[in-house]
Amino acid sequence: MKYIDEYRDRDIAQKLVARIASRTRHPWVLMEICGGQTHTIMRYGLDELLPRGIELVHGPGCPVCVTPLEMIDKAVALASRPDVTLVSYGDMLRVPGSQSDLLRVKARGGDIRVVYSPMEAVRIAKANPQRQIVFFAIGFETTAPANAMAVWEAKRLGLSNFSALVSHVIVPPAIRLLLAQPGVRVQGFIAPGHVCTVMGCSEYEELVSEFHVPIVIGGFEPVDLLEAVLMLVEQLENGSAELQNQYVRSVSRSGNVPAQAIMQAVFEVCDRKWRGIGCIAQSGYRLRPEFAAFDAEQLFGLEEGGVEEPAECISALVLQGRKKPPDCAAFGVRCTAENPLGAPMVSAEGACAAYYQYRRHAIVH
Amino acid sequence: MCLAIPGKVLEIESSMGGRIGRVQFGGIVRQVQFTFVPEVRVGDFVMVHVGFAISVVDAEEAERTYQILQSMGLLEAELPPVETL
Repeated sequence: MKYIDEYRDRDIAQKLVARIASRTRHPWVLMEICGGQTHTIMRYGLDELLPRGIELVHGPGCPVCVTPLEMIDKAVALASRPDVTLVSYGDMLRVPGSQSDLLRVKARGGDIRVVYSPMEAVRIAKANPQRQIVFFAIGFETTAPANAMAVWEAKRLGLSNFSALVSHVIVPPAIRLLLAQPGVRVQGFIAPGHVCTVMGCSEYEELVSEFHVPIVIGGFEPVDLLEAVLMLVEQLENGSAELQNQYVRSVSRSGNVPAQAIMQAVFEVCDRKWRGIGCIAQSGYRLRPEFAAFDAEQLFGLEEGGVEEPAECISALVLQGRKKPPDCAAFGVRCTAENPLGAPMVSAEGACAAYYQYRRHAIVH
Repeated sequence: MCLAIPGKVLEIESSMGGRIGRVQFGGIVRQVQFTFVPEVRVGDFVMVHVGFAISVVDAEEAERTYQILQSMGLLEAELPPVETL
């Protein structure tokens, strides 16, 4: 119980842990989708508070981790151009491409700006009409409405020097892919609370009925995650499979309708390659044809290059919950937060970074 | 990337691009877009992701989440200083 003292809601957490223990009669494998949830689990040692039979495996919900290598290379190529200012969320800068990363391009004089909000990219474009401003638009459904709004605003302002390098991914097709694999171990899912804040519940109800698997929409605090685990265990022990919403304070049934509307106005669903996983049908967003003038890939004639991951990196298996970071021979030795081989070691939401940061598992090779 | 930070709405104004305003996150105040939460009022607590409010939440819950994110050192990552343009 060493970590439980750190909770503000210690009493609630202790009650939840005790209740989970009293309800657990069988071993269960549960997956949290979102990398933010993975970090809460590792930070607070939640996995060690649970009964031995409950195994938490970590899902692909780290947008930085699943952005394909080719897309990083495209961003590197754009940022290396003297006429381009590349605008990005900070997490992307250290992600290794096939040859370089954005931080190295910046160190060599590339004009790369880190922003907190996509609207800052629009402001940069407005203030620098002589330069081409390319916004690196990545993220899941949580981020897509904001990125869509930036493109929408650029069009409204008539900006001719703003474009977006779009590499958006969406969650349900990835869950579907994981569940359709032979020998799938995961028996219940904690769905990502902020993705569902935007998208609502219906897509997850479809997954529940399609695969007869319990799903609980969960928040990001220790108590949220313990409660989500309890809800899953109770369903599994009862033999039921339903969608339940633990994160009711933010997630409504229909989600955020105005946010969905702007996404649908700017983006359309497309096939998308996920780093480490491969192409997943209908798993991403791209700009609609009416926003083609803002599509950096078309504007700069960027070509697909066939590139390969470092052979030693097992991020493909980590992102699918089939291996854990300490299972990797490079983990903590040739792959560290300071010198990462793969994206999950870079991102604040990457599973490898979570294990490395909290170092509770001895690095023994 | 999918984290959202709770903050208290201090003021709301309309601009050409939609409603914007100022939101207080502990000791930090930031401009936030309210385009996706048309129902928001001054004094409400909102969950903010990359500069956009994505939901309106209960005040007590918001305070609790804020404390936890602060203790995890995640507020800084989500709220870096605004770059001088």
